[in-house]
Amino acid sequence: MSHALTDRQWLWIAAEFYLVVFLTGTYAQVRGRPHSSVFTYLLMVVGYFCQLMGLYLRGRLVGGCPLGNYFEILQFTTWSATTLYLVIGVTFRSSMLGYFTACLTAVLSLVSLAVPSWDAARRTDIFGANPWIEFHAALALFSYGVFALLALTSLMFLLRNYSLKSKHVGGWFSFLPSILDLDHIGVRLLGAGLALLTVSLGVGAAWWLRNTGSVDWPKILCTVAVWAAYAVVFGLRSGRKLLAGRFAWTCVALFAAALLSLGAVNASRHPATPTVTAQATP
Amino acid sequence: MNEAGLFVIGATHQTAPLAVRERLSLDAAAAAALHSELAGLPGLREFALLSTCNRIEFYGVAETAEAAARVQAAFCARQRVTIEEFEKFRLSLRGLNAVQHLFEVASGLNSQMLGETEIFGQVKEAYAVAQAKRSAGPVLNRVFQKTFQAAKFARTHSAITEGRVSVANVAVELALNIFGGLADARILLLGAGEIGEKTARAFQSRGATGLTVASRRLEQAMELATQLQASALPFDQREARLADFDVVVGSTSAPETVVSHAATVAAIRMRPARPLFFIDLALPRDIEPTVAGLENVFLYNLDDLAKIAEQNRAARESEIVKCRALLSGRAVALWQQVEPHIEAMRPPGEVRSRPADLSSPDEVSSV
Repeated sequence: MSHALTDRQWLWIAAEFYLVVFLTGTYAQVRGRPHSSVFTYLLMVVGYFCQLMGLYLRGRLVGGCPLGNYFEILQFTTWSATTLYLVIGVTFRSSMLGYFTACLTAVLSLVSLAVPSWDAARRTDIFGANPWIEFHAALALFSYGVFALLALTSLMFLLRNYSLKSKHVGGWFSFLPSILDLDHIGVRLLGAGLALLTVSLGVGAAWWLRNTGSVDWPKILCTVAVWAAYAVVFGLRSGRKLLAGRFAWTCVALFAAALLSLGAVNASRHPATPTVTAQATP
Repeated sequence: MNEAGLFVIGATHQTAPLAVRERLSLDAAAAAALHSELAGLPGLREFALLSTCNRIEFYGVAETAEAAARVQAAFCARQRVTIEEFEKFRLSLRGLNAVQHLFEVASGLNSQMLGETEIFGQVKEAYAVAQAKRSAGPVLNRVFQKTFQAAKFARTHSAITEGRVSVANVAVELALNIFGGLADARILLLGAGEIGEKTARAFQSRGATGLTVASRRLEQAMELATQLQASALPFDQREARLADFDVVVGSTSAPETVVSHAATVAAIRMRPARPLFFIDLALPRDIEPTVAGLENVFLYNLDDLAKIAEQNRAARESEIVKCRALLSGRAVALWQQVEPHIEAMRPPGEVRSRPADLSSPDEVSSV
């Protein structure tokens, strides 16, 4: 069947699987019942491989990592977040994390698919046939995926904190992980995301220094600002100056800002050309 | 309330909030003093005093219409509350309703933690004290003895105790919501009484090993610490060492709070990344309530824990109905036995206002 589906069709199917996890999870929350973490995980795995297939086909078509427009960037970021969920969800109390991951990926994937203009054109030759630049871009977006998951665990922390403070611990609140577990996973995700972004920027900076005119200033400023903001948060958290609820709120707000900054990061002096939808090869 | 016969007056968790119950609570010495005072009240033939964290109740047999009012006045004077204020939160029942109420109390049907069994022992203790002080007579003897039989019967013939949630278990579940696991959690017990011990054992059953006991009497703390294989801490070091603990269980009978807001702020500063969980099982409360507003500090008192336990009450509603029906039949049978004794006590000429039945509009004031 694979030969009949385009890259976008695979991505639609992936988004629908994520949506199913989100909707069944929401139904379970409303009913105050637990939903199966195995069911969640399996659907997420199926969605993940559909998304991987879509991105693979798009990558084959464009001859590199598909990061040429806003649609591709959002798809790659959500795929990164799902990758991480599938890795840590096995050891973490996963059903709620799966639910929140599905919520984020379903919304971002569907929105990116539903706005045709985001995929109407894409910039070509953005990596200048340089695999290091491609590595830099992929790693940077993967770190955004980590930050997405950090925002989700922070959101779960805030909900758990609210439930304990307001003494409403029953219903679907009871399926949230503990305060301390969420705090620990948040710190680890922050460290991992920051390390990935640091390596990515290091690689990018090394090549940028050879040709300082190759990247627009808004992109540099936005990227460095996001990195600096996360570095400051990491420093404050390590120094125990930013903790608990304030740390969680900061992580959620910072990811929202990082997501908005993708527009500027996506800006490039490279001209955009109409996107050709990929057909799967037999 | 102005009628002779069997009566109960008091305040419970169903009629009075925690802050009010705190003001109405009696420690052992105050209860003994009140007992002596009531013994001298004219017109009060028999009485028993039930004082727990969640209720203060006087069961009595009044020879005259004014006796119950005198009990109330004596209690209010001792607790320094006005009668008008007390009446806002008062439980007041007579005759058969009083019997039914005692049955339900002893069965755990009126407990904050539905179906809990601790109250049965507390009712027995109240009756034992009344017997020892000779304030229980033929009516209360019969009523209390039948109460114990009825409570056992109701528990045996209904599922009211099945799936019951104790305060200790709720506290442990909450701790798991905060810390994930309890193997590394350090727990401080303030008070070496039965409630503290039960809570400690509930924590141990879920893997907690780092227990420390602090009591106003060090020998009691050491004794409990030995039983629990825990360590003991001098009570006066509790605030200075607060930062060393993750969970603090307050169950002392101290008249004032024993952990202050300032001490908690200082402790949190020393361990800002780790939450501090207070479980206040004491009445009057052990932990200053304002600590609940501090970041990374979680405070649960008796009412909070009861509300959580209440969440499973709805699922057991049919058992409550069944249990109530079982008790009701026995209450009516008992009332038929004791009513002639009470009638015989009435002064000549006093007219019985109406027959007691379960639908009589006895007064249960509530907030």
